[in-house]
Amino acid sequence: MNEEIRSILRDHARLPMDVDRLAVESDLYQAGMTSHASVNVMLALEDHFDVEFPDRMLTRSVFESIASIAMSLEELHVGAAA
Amino acid sequence: MSVAVDRDATFLASVRQIAEEVAAAHAEDVDRNARFPAETVMALRDERLMSAFIPSELGGGGVSFAALAAACRELGRRCGASAMVFAMHQIQVVTIARHLEDAPWFEAYLRSVAEQQRLIASVTSEVGTGGDMGRSIAAVTPGEDGGCSFEKQAPTVSYGAHADDLLTTLRRAPDAEPGDQVVVLTRREQATLEQTGTWDPLGMRGTCSPGYVVRAEFMPEQVLPTPFPKVSVESMVPVSHILWSHLWLGIASDAFDRARAFVRAAAKRTPGETPPAAQRLSHLMSELSLLRAEVDSALHEFLDASEEPGRERLSTIAAALRFNNLKIAASEQAPRVCQGAMGVCGIMGFKNDTPFSIGRHLRDTMSASLMVANERIHHTNASLLLIAKDV
Repeated sequence: MNEEIRSILRDHARLPMDVDRLAVESDLYQAGMTSHASVNVMLALEDHFDVEFPDRMLTRSVFESIASIAMSLEELHVGAAA
Repeated sequence: MSVAVDRDATFLASVRQIAEEVAAAHAEDVDRNARFPAETVMALRDERLMSAFIPSELGGGGVSFAALAAACRELGRRCGASAMVFAMHQIQVVTIARHLEDAPWFEAYLRSVAEQQRLIASVTSEVGTGGDMGRSIAAVTPGEDGGCSFEKQAPTVSYGAHADDLLTTLRRAPDAEPGDQVVVLTRREQATLEQTGTWDPLGMRGTCSPGYVVRAEFMPEQVLPTPFPKVSVESMVPVSHILWSHLWLGIASDAFDRARAFVRAAAKRTPGETPPAAQRLSHLMSELSLLRAEVDSALHEFLDASEEPGRERLSTIAAALRFNNLKIAASEQAPRVCQGAMGVCGIMGFKNDTPFSIGRHLRDTMSASLMVANERIHHTNASLLLIAKDV
């Protein structure tokens, strides 16, 4: 799943660095993801994994790292095989 | 509980008295000469109201946030500039108090605000960011002696020349991304302000908000532990929008009161007949009640969300939209009410020297849609609406 998240970040997060160099725990906002870009990441994640993030999950902390995004997707029952 | 209620009631009674006796008496001169409302601020200091929101264990008044909002409204009724200075100072106090995280330097700082009734200004906007508070250019720059420094080009610093201390947003370090921001609190003796522009605006003239180049040297512990993005969504943005909208409501309420006094005076001259302006006043009342309802409901939503552990709800996109909408709605509705009041009073409202003058109210509330430009907020909302679900 982390690779799929990385691929979405590569296309939508507009980071000024190589996404492959990010650790799973790295803070994406500190890495340069703007809140505008984060909305595009959320939309792309919903589209790719065919889920809808409820409002309570649409917070900065949920999308601040690859690990936290993976955890939120698991909470929405996106399995490791997805 | 009843102690807290008494504390709030005593606080509001003091604010009302200062609004009536001091702010109102100098409002016209403050406006005409675009000068700082020094008398109001001195009276607020004498009553120790600059530290009203600081917890009592740190030497403050320990009043509730709802009382603070009501105080902004009361001052707004009598002098928009006094209310704005009070509100902006309290925004900095509330922001620090809500994100203390037991940081000893900031606890000691709040004690000194209470002891010395220090006035805090904010340096959040920056030349070159297009009005986006979520990005900074200036950065915390470490020095050789363990200290830090910054230099920031600020397009406006409200009451900058009159402030004791400055709360400034900066990038965390010289190599940090624009959105990786922190908040720094510097004392007067640590900073210099070089004025870069003039101050002769249409309204809110007493806030004295020209541009400055701000330079400061400080110690690392003067960086607030909580990163600015979290401080911003949980406190600074909603608190700013709530306190500003309360004072705009205060200004609009006084404009309405003047229109009502005008209609009553007309009715007394023609007993038995309802003056034509009375009907316009009725229309105006419905406009004012829309403003009041929006301001009240946003306050209560903020209070409810603040009581939840972790304040998670405040960091949701739905909450960002909610408090952005408060700003947009209140900043557009307040000048609409003032203009309606001028329509009721006619030439007596248009003239600057009658008991029914509305000019200052209208000019002051016209600043509302510009301070954090509404179009910028719409731009943010447009993006957030793509992903938010239940709004």
